Amino acid sequence: MPAEGAANVMIEAPRLEPRDLEGPGGVRVEVVSRTFAGRRGLVPALDGMTLRAEPGEIVAVVGPSGCGKTTLLELICGLQRPDSGEIESAPAALMPQRDLLLPWLGTLDNAGLALRVRGVSRSAARLQAAPWLERFGLAGFEKARPAELSGGMRQRVSFLRTLLAGKPVLALDEPFAALDAITRAEMQAWLGHVLETEPRTVVLVTHDVEEAVILADRVVVMSARPGKAVASIDVRLARPRRRTDPDVVALRERALEVLGVAA
Amino acid sequence: MRPWPTLLALLVLLGAWELYVDLGGGRGVLPPPHAVASSIWTDRSLLWSNFRPTAEAMLLGILVAAVVGLALAISMHLLPWLRRALYPLVLASQTVPIVLLAPPLVLWFGFGLKPELVVIAVISFFSIVVTTLNALAAVDPDLIKLSRSFDGSRLRIFRHVELPAAMPGVFTGAKIAVAVSGIGAVLAEQSSGTTKGLGYLFEISYSQLLIPRTWAIITVLSLFTIALFIALSAAERLTLPWAYQPRGEIPA
Repeated sequence: MPAEGAANVMIEAPRLEPRDLEGPGGVRVEVVSRTFAGRRGLVPALDGMTLRAEPGEIVAVVGPSGCGKTTLLELICGLQRPDSGEIESAPAALMPQRDLLLPWLGTLDNAGLALRVRGVSRSAARLQAAPWLERFGLAGFEKARPAELSGGMRQRVSFLRTLLAGKPVLALDEPFAALDAITRAEMQAWLGHVLETEPRTVVLVTHDVEEAVILADRVVVMSARPGKAVASIDVRLARPRRRTDPDVVALRERALEVLGVAA
Repeated sequence: MRPWPTLLALLVLLGAWELYVDLGGGRGVLPPPHAVASSIWTDRSLLWSNFRPTAEAMLLGILVAAVVGLALAISMHLLPWLRRALYPLVLASQTVPIVLLAPPLVLWFGFGLKPELVVIAVISFFSIVVTTLNALAAVDPDLIKLSRSFDGSRLRIFRHVELPAAMPGVFTGAKIAVAVSGIGAVLAEQSSGTTKGLGYLFEISYSQLLIPRTWAIITVLSLFTIALFIALSAAERLTLPWAYQPRGEIPA
């Protein structure tokens, strides 16, 4: 099974030293509201959204399209300010839904972008990014431009780029939504293993309930727009999880029920 | 890109032109292509000596336009208040009939500074400013957000993300600048009372009714502009190969 193949690569790869992270790193979003001025008047994106992530916890946020999930991540990353409510978060780096790799850079330089925009020299950024490529299944593609990579590889480069930003909180915005089903399953297994060896506080936004249950410690379900948390489901299951495990299936059904989708 | 269809179309056009003149069209003042070609050959030293100052002015003018245009576009992009102040003026300036602008500019800069250079630069400069500004503004806002979540400073995000992404737009502006620089050179020469250059040679050839030679001058100037255009495209392909690489194709 391809997912397990990817998993084996991860286990055999050398573990790297723990990285310097900026502070302990939890996330606290307290009754936050955010409204945008749209073409047809005001569009409330979030209304009284509350979310907490303990340091090291993986929290998945699921909800219908347009429920303000991306807004939530941008608030956590400090790219927007809430109209009301309170946000307290350790420094967070974004991983966008589209890979947004720079088409003129090779894999190594794309992975090191976070370092470059902070003023690290090219050679130092490459030195720091290079040991990760093998672990991320990208060895031999150091100089390959994004156009030469598969969709799964591009998402791995994109994730590595966010990881190398060196922030304790990762804000992942539907990272695998654009991938085909097989690649997505591989990437979910792969991400699970990366996060085991490289623990971070993760807020994972997704519309894929199954992905949420497989990866997260806790699943927060959001309402339709204006979004707010309507349920928090603890996922106390051993890893790695399989989508066919009865417990996984049961939790998935529960989350879908909260979302109002008939099972 | 295969040039054969274009060359074939050109041959057909030249053949039709030749035939048209041979059959009595052109009222005796439209020279057939072979007469133009023979004028290029027999007047080659005259054409060459007048081509050099014009080509020099064009190249220098484009260079000045590129430097000033890029500097202005980048400043306007980085300083929103400057952009708000100048962008409408830059757009409005494109409505100025440049043909009429050349004589007063030559009059103004006629002393000391090389006047042709100013006219060419002024004419070429707007396309570079506008296309560069638009290309910078068109950079994916999500990319900027991402870089900001990495704590990128404004200038470093500009250097590592925005400017490289805008380079194809800069080249587009430069290509337009090249295309209009020939017009600028001829206008400037005809307005400035200079006694060298293709624009000047055209004036005197026309007044002496050396019609094949005027067509020869048009041909030489067009070929030079085309050559510049091709050189610029080649430079673009060389420096921005990523902008041409088809997605998903793995190079051998």
